[in-house]
Amino acid sequence: MTTQTEYRSQIHHRQKELMVKWYERLNEAAETGNPPTVSMMVSGNCVEVLEGFGAVPIYPEVNALQLAIRHQSLEPILLAEELGYAADNCAYVKADIGAYLKGITPAGGKLPKPTLVLCNFVGCNTYLKWFEHVAEFTGAPLYTLDVPFMRYDSPTKADIEYVVKQLEELVTQLETLTGRKFDYDRFKEAVRCSARVEELWSNIKHLARTVPSPFDAYFDAITLMGPLYVYRAQQEGVDFFELALQELEEKIDAHEGVNDQEKFRLVFEGPPPYPHFRTFRDMFAKWKACAVASTYSTVGGLWEFGARHDPEKPFESIALHMLEHNVTNRNYLQRYDQIKRYVEEWGADGVIIHFVKSCRLFSAGQGDMRDYFTKVLGVPTLYIESDLEDPRYFSEAQLKNRIDAYFEALEHQKMTRAIAAV
Amino acid sequence: MTNEDIIQDLSFSTVRQWKEQHPRGKAIGYFPVYAPVELIHACGMLPVGLNGAGDQLDIQYADARFGSFICSIIKTTLEMGLTKHLEPFDGILFSSICDSARNLCFVFKRNFPDLYTDFLHLPHNPNSPASIPFLMTEYRRLQQHLEEMTGETLTAHALSNSIELYNENRRLTRQLYDERARNPHLVRTSELYALIRAGNFLPVEEHTSLLRETLHDLPGRTGKPRDSIRIVIEGSFCEQPPLDLIKIIEEAGCYIVDDDFVLGPRWFFQDVPVNGDPMKALAESYLNRSVYSSVRHDFRNPRHKQLIEKARKRKADAVLLLIAKFCEPAYFDYVLFKQELEKAGIPHLLMEFEEKMFTFERLRTEIETFVESLLFD
Ligand code: SF4
Ligand code: SF4
Repeated sequence: MTTQTEYRSQIHHRQKELMVKWYERLNEAAETGNPPTVSMMVSGNCVEVLEGFGAVPIYPEVNALQLAIRHQSLEPILLAEELGYAADNCAYVKADIGAYLKGITPAGGKLPKPTLVLCNFVGCNTYLKWFEHVAEFTGAPLYTLDVPFMRYDSPTKADIEYVVKQLEELVTQLETLTGRKFDYDRFKEAVRCSARVEELWSNIKHLARTVPSPFDAYFDAITLMGPLYVYRAQQEGVDFFELALQELEEKIDAHEGVNDQEKFRLVFEGPPPYPHFRTFRDMFAKWKACAVASTYSTVGGLWEFGARHDPEKPFESIALHMLEHNVTNRNYLQRYDQIKRYVEEWGADGVIIHFVKSCRLFSAGQGDMRDYFTKVLGVPTLYIESDLEDPRYFSEAQLKNRIDAYFEALEHQKMTRAIAAV
Repeated sequence: MTNEDIIQDLSFSTVRQWKEQHPRGKAIGYFPVYAPVELIHACGMLPVGLNGAGDQLDIQYADARFGSFICSIIKTTLEMGLTKHLEPFDGILFSSICDSARNLCFVFKRNFPDLYTDFLHLPHNPNSPASIPFLMTEYRRLQQHLEEMTGETLTAHALSNSIELYNENRRLTRQLYDERARNPHLVRTSELYALIRAGNFLPVEEHTSLLRETLHDLPGRTGKPRDSIRIVIEGSFCEQPPLDLIKIIEEAGCYIVDDDFVLGPRWFFQDVPVNGDPMKALAESYLNRSVYSSVRHDFRNPRHKQLIEKARKRKADAVLLLIAKFCEPAYFDYVLFKQELEKAGIPHLLMEFEEKMFTFERLRTEIETFVESLLFD
């Protein structure tokens, strides 16, 4: 039986190695100009296209969250505010721009000037500003790949064509910028790897339906997300997720859960407070509560409901991925449905909505979401506020009180239901 | 009703009146920037720019739905819906201007299931030749929905006519803006602002007559220039500042010689061509002829460069960045605007407002100090 609040094992070890290796490659690119690099957003990324050029992605969001989790985000945020960024701008942007100007990197090495700044616009309007600023400050060329928002349940033919056309333009532009020819076979192979990783990641997500869940689908999922973004389209990614799946299946065979006893099963909405990650996690661990699903872990891709890349239709499936299969480009009501499915199919007791000050994409309207879950569906829902990057917005005592009160009520409700059932 | 009354009227009496006169007519409200009003008009409907509720409405419900750190217009618009102020409307149109407005569209859909609510994705990549056909399809999709509501088919001829009408309206608006830049002591911005904003709530034909009358009256006006600085206002493209604030800025000694107030009805800086396919002309004009703002993205010609051009063209002494509280797109742009203005040696001041504010003492002091520093420099 384990009493740890975090799952540390081979997965954790290998994840570290992979991330270190990624930063080493970026450092190499900064030192030698090789390999080419593309700055890109995590959400709805098209890393497979980069593989066709042997180019390495830079994810400013990953850099920003790494800074926050290492308690290094405040200094760059303050610098950015001196430059004119507002207290209410997304702090990811401020941390990233501030860190760039100060020469701070999460792993200590260098970050290259990107060969291309690719703004893969999927839902978040901040992306457009962020990448415009990155291009302005680094002097690197900018390409905006505009992805139509999901106004309806599925994308239109025009949406798909529009994205595919732009992907083709992107390939042409990268050929010019890198001086390399697009390697179509390697690209197709990358799409195949992605499809396989998605299958594995989806299987992992479904393991959390087991009682007790072998991992926390919010806090532990974050450990898996780094490799997911950087290595999805490579064999190393496939190997990593095979290892992860196997290890978690072994936990299921041994009836091992995240906490020594799983008392509450939750669905989390919204990004976590990275600057206070451990403290926040412990507030839930104390109640032996485990996340069985989370929307945040579908930022990179939403695959647990069956979508995959398709090596037979590589460009079209990338377009579909960008349009439809990541949480940020899906509309608010689709997110309500996603959470509802998690509650029902993953057997959750309640929903935690974490309002993040930085992020209007996630947070604007979450009060309405709470209204829907509590009043329409009758699901016990907790709404709490802090930030994902700025350590100043975290009132520990208040959060603790709210969380404790929520679990007390939930415990009481469970007890009354149990009595009623007898 | 004066223009000042019209823009504060939450019962939308001009809209109600139009509907009485057009018993089968439908009114479509649009969240205030970049809506294809011509298309709505050509379907025989009344397009109405929704500009929030100013300080006319107590927020009782919307705060709980949208929480902290969200601009006021989002909340007042939702509050108007929840308190039945939007009853005269048959549909509400949103577009991809920012994350808050986008999410509001879907919150509307859930809370008002009987209202036609739609969302237009305006392309963010004008570099791509694919963006024009994409936007045409997007407009056609809207057209189809509107046709379903009216039961009538839109003709190219009707669309061209509507484009002409709006072209004329915008041409006169541009003339008024030019007149004001030439003779700011004769055309007060508080007057012009109310006049242009009233256009959100009036049939275009009627509003065009108002513009024409004002232009016609101008030569007869007399007045002495005051000791003032010439400023360009930037950043109020969506949520609108209270009229009183504009008056205070003028009283403090500013000639406002250009601004981005009420972009909705005047978002093309040139006529939309009327020869050829009108739908294509509309789409192509969004990409190539629309006024820049913090929520329209065109990296071929960055906004911070365009702001400098505008200030120079209008011979402005300074730029006032007048930003709605919690308007994130405007906050972001401030960084590059500031940098560029400093490079160009143009003095600037940042002020935040909320549509619902009603005391202005702090802002009055800020603007007065700024003006003094420039006048007596
Ligand atoms: S606003 Fe939200 S989704 Fe957008 S960059 Fe910031 S944290 Fe990410
Ligand atoms: S004022 Fe700014 S943040 Fe608010 S809805 Fe308009 S564009 Fe969005």
